[in-house]
Amino acid sequence: MTSPNPEFEADCIRRILAGEKQLFHDLIRPCERSIYFLLYSLLKNEADAEDVAQETVIKVYQNLDKFRGDSQFRTWVLSIARNEGLGRLRKISNRREDSLDAETDEQTGDYTPAILTSWREIPAEVLEQKELGNLLRKAIEGLPEIYRNVVLLRDIEEMDIRESAAVLGISEASVKVRLHRARALLQRNLAPQLKGFAPAKRRWFGGRT
Amino acid sequence: MRIDCKHVWEHISAYIENDVDSQLRAEIDRHLETCEICSAVLDSTRNVVILVADDRVFELPAGYSERLHARIERELEKQKDTKP
Repeated sequence: MTSPNPEFEADCIRRILAGEKQLFHDLIRPCERSIYFLLYSLLKNEADAEDVAQETVIKVYQNLDKFRGDSQFRTWVLSIARNEGLGRLRKISNRREDSLDAETDEQTGDYTPAILTSWREIPAEVLEQKELGNLLRKAIEGLPEIYRNVVLLRDIEEMDIRESAAVLGISEASVKVRLHRARALLQRNLAPQLKGFAPAKRRWFGGRT
Repeated sequence: MRIDCKHVWEHISAYIENDVDSQLRAEIDRHLETCEICSAVLDSTRNVVILVADDRVFELPAGYSERLHARIERELEKQKDTKP
């Protein structure tokens, strides 16, 4: 993720509005990855995510004069992306409409972690193996939407709690609760499966000649 | 005060975020010294969080950026004499 630069953004926006429209390419570039993945976490479909990402950037361009600068530019852009995504979701899944609002922080669930007695670190190098990436993607995609998008913003796009809360239109306390539950669900689902990816154990006893 | 495992699990995410007060952190640390289950739960959770964050897990579709900017270019052309 590219870290935001408010002075660059403010200057860019001023100049675009004054007629240097080509600068819009540079303005939006640092946000485009986050836009896509936020939409992917919502729509769970590459083609829809890309389509709505394009609609989002056009909407951002057309409404640039409405950006007030009271939030970060990226936060504003991602709120637009989220609204566009929710709109698409309503359009393509009328039948699922109730489930969209049904997920709340009050719902109870079992967030007990997978109980382990030891853990051997899985180094990031193991990600070169396709199966591990697939396993992680499947686990995240399997999370309920309210947890999936928090993981996406906080853990994948590395936004802070405040910005994540602003993008999702929820309180910071809700972000923390959802993040906790999401991580607990991921640990429970993944830890038992990941064990097989740990580097081969060195044999301290026996086997040495 | 001695805290139990369930109490530790409730705060694991905040502990990883460094978002627990110093007293609670000390209590959790003391618990972790003697509880191999909670140590393993903490280590595995932290490991999962790090792996999930790796850029290789989620990749943009090939050509996404090019198509996005081509779309923007069309809009800029279209709006040449209008707003913003």
